[in-house]
Amino acid sequence: MKRPILLLPLAVFALFLVTAGWRLAAGRDDTIRSRVIGQPIPAFALGPAVPGRIGVASGDLMTGKPRLLNVFASWCVPCGVEAPQLMELNRRGIPIDAIAVRDRPEDVARFLADYGNPFQRIGLDRDTRVQISLGSSGVPETFVIDGHGIIRHQHIGVISPEDVGELVAAYEAAR
Amino acid sequence: MMAEAGLAALWIAAALCLLQLCAGVSASLGEGQVLRPMIRPVAIAQGALAALSFLLLIQLFLVTDLSVKLVAANSHSAKPWLYKFAGTWGNHEGSMLLWVAVLAIAGAAVAAFERRVSERTLIATLAAQAAIGLGFYGFLLIASNPFERLNPAPLEGNGLNPLLQDPGLALHPPTLYLGYVGISVAFSFAVGALVTRDVGPLFARAMRSWVLGAWVFLTLGITAGSYWAYYELGWGGWWFWDPVENASLMPWLAATALLHSATVLATRGGLRVWTIMLAVIAFSMSMIGTFLVRSGILTSVHSFAVDPRRGLFILILLGLYIGGALTLFALRAGTIREGSTFEPISREGGLVTNNVFLSAILGVVVIGTLYPLGLEAATGEKLSVGAPYFNAAAGPLALALMAIMAAGPLLKWRRDRLQELARRIWLPMALAAATLVALLLLAPGIGLLPLLGLTLALGTAAASIAPLWKRNLRRTPLFIWGMVIAHLGIAVTIAGMASASAFTKETLVAARLGETVEVGPYALRFEGVEPLAGPNWTAIEARLVATRGGGSPMLMKPQARMFNSPVTETTEADIATLPAGQLYTVLGREDDQGRWQLRLWWKPFVTFIWLGGAMVALGGFLSLIGRLGREQRPKAEKL
Repeated sequence: MKRPILLLPLAVFALFLVTAGWRLAAGRDDTIRSRVIGQPIPAFALGPAVPGRIGVASGDLMTGKPRLLNVFASWCVPCGVEAPQLMELNRRGIPIDAIAVRDRPEDVARFLADYGNPFQRIGLDRDTRVQISLGSSGVPETFVIDGHGIIRHQHIGVISPEDVGELVAAYEAAR
Repeated sequence: MMAEAGLAALWIAAALCLLQLCAGVSASLGEGQVLRPMIRPVAIAQGALAALSFLLLIQLFLVTDLSVKLVAANSHSAKPWLYKFAGTWGNHEGSMLLWVAVLAIAGAAVAAFERRVSERTLIATLAAQAAIGLGFYGFLLIASNPFERLNPAPLEGNGLNPLLQDPGLALHPPTLYLGYVGISVAFSFAVGALVTRDVGPLFARAMRSWVLGAWVFLTLGITAGSYWAYYELGWGGWWFWDPVENASLMPWLAATALLHSATVLATRGGLRVWTIMLAVIAFSMSMIGTFLVRSGILTSVHSFAVDPRRGLFILILLGLYIGGALTLFALRAGTIREGSTFEPISREGGLVTNNVFLSAILGVVVIGTLYPLGLEAATGEKLSVGAPYFNAAAGPLALALMAIMAAGPLLKWRRDRLQELARRIWLPMALAAATLVALLLLAPGIGLLPLLGLTLALGTAAASIAPLWKRNLRRTPLFIWGMVIAHLGIAVTIAGMASASAFTKETLVAARLGETVEVGPYALRFEGVEPLAGPNWTAIEARLVATRGGGSPMLMKPQARMFNSPVTETTEADIATLPAGQLYTVLGREDDQGRWQLRLWWKPFVTFIWLGGAMVALGGFLSLIGRLGREQRPKAEKL
């Protein structure tokens, strides 16, 4: 080798290769670290999403007992997919409240008629203001809120049957 | 039947590719001389079959054959035909097939048309092209078969991501790929020349026209992609420093440097090792970009169909190809004889400085793009690098590069004198100084980068026309015109960027019906909203009447669209292009008091960004036909 400098590009590339290979081998960590865990929920009061039922206010989530808060919408297809899992959580005795985002009462009523109603209270968040202040950026999302209004767990996306255990555990931990 | 034919064509093309590689290697080693005559025809047949396979996939999408998994997953029978067509490459498998098809067609074109380099170098080049091809055929056939069947076939497809349902999808990926993958030819040429140690002006001239061709498409693809993002995403920005955007910018920067260094090699025989290095880097950047996109290793708005196993497959290919080429480079480059030398103040000196700055910008972009990866590997910390870093680091370098671009074409080859240069460039410099003073007086408080950007853009625009000064315009060779127009295009683009970043006015309001909102010199009256139905979407469309002073009113109709399959909302901005800039309107949501969110921008001269991009591509194209015409002429005289 007359000019060792010519090896430099190869060395730089090898470094890239090792880093990228390590990164691939380590597996992709898709967990989005929640920034709201440990934060208190904002103060809000939402009117009922379905006529004749009760809406949700922040005070309802500070009764001393933990609750789940599900953010959904009738127009959101994945929300229908997670409905059986919410029913299952409800059957296990976990109280769930919900916020319907950018929705209409008649659509929410139809959604509940189609998929069942695991919710004790459903508030209507017409302009997504409450959703955003909760730190939620999409539907569906589910929060575990302890009895003092502190967010203990945030589940982003659909609750698949495998996720039920994780939510039950988070609920138990919040007690 | 059609899917099976497509798959068969792909397998046969892969087999021909293997044959091309083996025959090429054995002929290069000197043993398989009898195989030599078959290499060119095999390369052409391989290109034709890969193209056929791609055309068959397009046909499957056009007829919406839902028994093909890829079609069912990414198309829908109710989609307009243009999006069925363009949907072919709006997914992982289809876009990889396009990738491979372009690679094979580029190799076929070299086999069919390249007569300038020595036959030995050409055969080594085609063998290198086949080696790259083989890996990617393997990737397609093993890990991403686009023709896989689905049994039973579903009744309806899943539909295409609505953001992609836009004419931009028909234009942007194919042109980008032609450039992005077409640059593979430079890589193969470099490997071929390293194998045969035949790095001379003739080789540079041959490689330069192929690079130029790919570079024109790459320029067009980036420009089209930038405009597409600008109007489709509804964010009003034209470049987001997204990893995937950077993945197309990196090969462009390397290819631009390569074009200029190849000119030194072609004209003066210098910069041999450096030119080979750049040729290897340019396509390596394309491959690394493909890896970054396909492995999902970096988060980007472009990541679709992310699969780590696919990432590993491409990473292994990268290791083989780039590692192999760089090893060959390390072994052979030391034996390449350098050509003639030159003085620092000379055309060569200017081109070298150009290369230094382009490489520095490339370095800035590479570091910014890969930094999150490296940091996470080292400390486990996650972060993303955004516009503040890129603008601050690449901006000043780009401006310095532009100053060099102004002076470079006015320098003489071999040696020149600064006084001479000053005599040629005083007028553009005076113009730049006048612009600077005018801007400081008329637009106090303007940012430093936009200020210098506009100043340099005007000076450089004037300087780039200077090579035409005192020339007989009719007898000026086409490649000079090409250079002038491309350099002018860069100045126009920079002027557009500087103007858009310095003078853009933005208004975000919640407006009631009948209310009037002002943005920049325009007043927009909000006349109403109405529902609207398209072939596979419904929308709410706003009517805004825009007037400037006492001028005639313009109707603007931005939409908020709701697509049926898959269910997604998109904003369709309405943009009015006027001589002095663009009025950009976006409709948001209705609030509970019946007010509508409106986002309005007035962007003076923003269109210059893409106009300049198109001029750069046109310049490259003129330069290409000018060079080719020049090479053809002596032959024609002989006949």
